[in-house]
Order: sequence, then structure tokens, then C-alpha cells
Amino acid sequence: MPDITERVVELIKSASTDLSPDIEQALMAAKAAEAPGTAAEGALQTILENVRMSRTTGRPICQDTGTPLFYVWNPEGVSQRELLKQIRAAVRIATERAYLRPNAVAALSGKNSGDNTGIDFPTVHFEEWGHDYIQVGLLLKGGGSENCGAQYSIPSAEFEASRDLKGVRKAVLDAAHKAQGFGCSPGILGVGVGGDRVTSMLKAKEQLFRPLADTNASSELDALEKQLQREINELGIGPMGFGGKTTVLGVKIGELHRVPASFFVSIAYMCWADRRKVMTIKEGNVALLAAR
Amino acid sequence: MSTRLTIPISEKDIRALHIGDQVLLSGTIFTGRDAAHKYMVETFIKNKCPSGERALYDVLKTGLKGGVIYHCGPVVRKREDGEYQFVAAGPTTSIREEPYQAAVIEHFGLRGVIGKGGMSEKTLAACQKHGAVYLHAIGGAATLIAGSVKQVVAVHKLDFGVPEAFWQIRVEDFPCVVTMDAHGQSLHEKVAADSKRKLAALLGK
Repeated sequence: MPDITERVVELIKSASTDLSPDIEQALMAAKAAEAPGTAAEGALQTILENVRMSRTTGRPICQDTGTPLFYVWNPEGVSQRELLKQIRAAVRIATERAYLRPNAVAALSGKNSGDNTGIDFPTVHFEEWGHDYIQVGLLLKGGGSENCGAQYSIPSAEFEASRDLKGVRKAVLDAAHKAQGFGCSPGILGVGVGGDRVTSMLKAKEQLFRPLADTNASSELDALEKQLQREINELGIGPMGFGGKTTVLGVKIGELHRVPASFFVSIAYMCWADRRKVMTIKEGNVALLAAR
Repeated sequence: MSTRLTIPISEKDIRALHIGDQVLLSGTIFTGRDAAHKYMVETFIKNKCPSGERALYDVLKTGLKGGVIYHCGPVVRKREDGEYQFVAAGPTTSIREEPYQAAVIEHFGLRGVIGKGGMSEKTLAACQKHGAVYLHAIGGAATLIAGSVKQVVAVHKLDFGVPEAFWQIRVEDFPCVVTMDAHGQSLHEKVAADSKRKLAALLGK
């Protein structure tokens, strides 16, 4: 049984302090698109300087280091219970080293556990796969952006939406408008269509692991992703809600089967500080990736 | 492109600002969030200041006159020489202070409030009446903002906890954007209304 504790600490440090290149490049392109001298351009300039400073100093990009969401893919025969222990230990070490702010508080009393562990905290999803190595994905999801997430049960009493691509489009546009700049725009939207209330949102969050420039395997969803990105940016909400050309850096949609009675559209809002990293651990060889 | 503001700020300089203006702020400011705002209103504004709280009241009265309060729960490190250092200091969501902010602006003669997400009608009206602005910091830019904090002058009410205490800090070129000005304008209201119109047009297609 391998011990991956120190590796996971590296993964946490990388996610918290070193923004992935595809996100940084998208922020640079967004800055170039804004008119010089505007508040939107200034905000993106500040964001990019902050990203560079965090990388150089090894300090968290944002003081809200968020909920740590782990996704683990393990080969047959590796104990998930042991991996869970190691991940929790790694989270404690990363908190001591200030890669993470102590961010786990008891639901009702608000008492901080002090080390980022608690009831189902951090969140760890496991899946056994056919490869002979371990892969660990990590998403650090800040509270401000998480509060901008939404879930629609269609048809909705709130607005007319049909149980098809048009309805999905309406729901996502509505959520993006409601979020304004509050989730620290320009953000990335993960969307889950179908499933139940839990699996639909889980699918939405999993989309956030996709590279910004990828193509959806479903051609109709791929077209909708591109259309929604364009249309949300047409809303003009802009960076931090100051008004401007870029409100989202990407929209990523996943689908799953549902029961005939339900049609859920779930939207997970990720802030510009899209702290996601993936690590593969094959014997002694460790590789860090920006996305999966 | 940015306007430089130094504390104490005059009413004239505040009235010259408009929504969308970029500002670089320098001088000594105070952090204050939920516990601090509740404390100020209940201890100093609604009631007569108890003698035990007099010293802090005098510090705030002097420091906030023409000054600025920052909605922020910082990550602070105590250095080996015993001095405090700001490690990460991005803005927190301001709307939670809406019930208190107008009274604090009026009572202390604040010229600015820094935070994120904007505030509502009561604060906007207080800004117009008393000559103050809401300054939006860049959410998530925690390292950069911590870098603009040149000195921790003092900490008050540390018993509220590190994020909730009043941190009296000297900042240089703290970058923000005016999103609520002293003329009754709110960039948040404007962007929300404009984007709502565009949304209606998109859905009508």
C-alpha cells in the first residue's frame, strides 16, 4: 500500500498557489479584450499580478482557500480507507504550512476545527479504475462562488423553460444573471443536466476539471457550451461585476440519465481563482496536470 | 488612470469621484466586519460609551474621521520579532454590514468603505448625504492586497478573533474601484439593470 500523504500536500500547495496555465491565459485574453483604462481592465490587471505574486511567494491566491474537493481514481487492490486517512493527514499538514486557511467550521456552532478536517470535510470521491496508478484531482472551491450556484427543476414556476436544450439554456442564463459579479467573475460554469438533485450537481462540479479549450463529446452540448459562453458575456456584467466584456471564461456541460418525472439543471459557479489540479502517482513517478 | 487618495480624505475629493473610477488608496485604515460593526453601533452609537471602552472609541473617532473602513477578515502572521504581518487580505462580502453601515458613516465621518459585492439603499443614501464612497476591492486578490499593507499599526478587540478584530493598518496604493459614489449612483444597480435588459432580449430571441 503506497503512502501518498506528502504527494497530496504538494498537490494542495500547487492548487492553492499556482493557477493553472489555461485559466491564466484566458484571464490574459480577457484583459486584452477590455478597453484600456476601464475598471474591468484594471480588475483583470490586479488579478493577473496577484496570480504571479502567489506563484512566486508560494502564498494562497485567495484567502478563502475554500472547500477541498478530492476526486480519487485508484487501481484494484488499493485501500480507499487508507487513502482517505492519508488525504486527511495531508490536509492537516497543508493547513499547518498555510497553503490552506483553517476553513472547516461546525455547521451550527460555527466553531472552527482548526485543521480543515471535520464531518465529511474534506470531501473525497473515490472511483476504482482500470489503470495501474493512482490519480487524484483537487478542486479548492471558495464560499463566495459556491453561494452563486443554482439548481432548477424544469418546468419551473419561476420562468418558462422546456425539458430540452432550450430549457437548459434559459436556466443557465438565468443563473449567470443572478450571480452578477458576486462569485468573483469572470468565472467558469459547470452544468449538470439530468440525474437527481445530488448527482446532477456532482456532474456540474466534475465539469470544472475539464480544460477550458476542450471539446464536448456531444456535439449538441458542445455547441450549447460555446453559445452560452458568448451569450453570458453579452450580458456585460464583466470582471467583478464592474461591467465589461468577459463575465465567464467557460461553460462546461455534462449530462446523465434521469427518471422521466425529473429534469434538473444544476449550475456550479467557480470563481476566476479556479484552483484545480490533477496528480498522477505511478510508483515513484509523480506528474501534475492542470486538468483531466 | 487611477486617482490617488490619501487619508484623511476631504469631502471635496470624495465628491469629485464617480462610479467606475479607479482609486489607489494610501494611509491608515481599519478592518472591520460583522462583529466590529455590531460592536460600534451597539457600544458607541446607540448607547453612551462605557468608560472601559473609551480608549478604543477615541482611537476610532480620530482614525475614522476622513478615514476608511475595510470589510476584510485577514490571514495574519506573527513574526519572530513579535510584529504582525498581513499574509492574505482580500475583501469579504459587504452586504452583511448593510444594517449598520449608514450609522457608522454618519457617526464617525467616514469617507470610504471598502469591500466586495456592493451595498444597498441605506448605505447609498448615507454616502450621498455625508460625502462618502463605496470602494470595491478585487475579490480573490489576497496576496496583492496583503502586499499593499505596509505596516500593522495596532490591533483592537483581538478577542473577537483574528478575522473579526479591528486591524489598524497602513496601506500604500491599495487598488479599488468606486462602485457607489456620493451622487447617489451605484454601478451594481446599473450593471444589474443593463444585464437584465440584455437577458430579456436574449430570451425573447
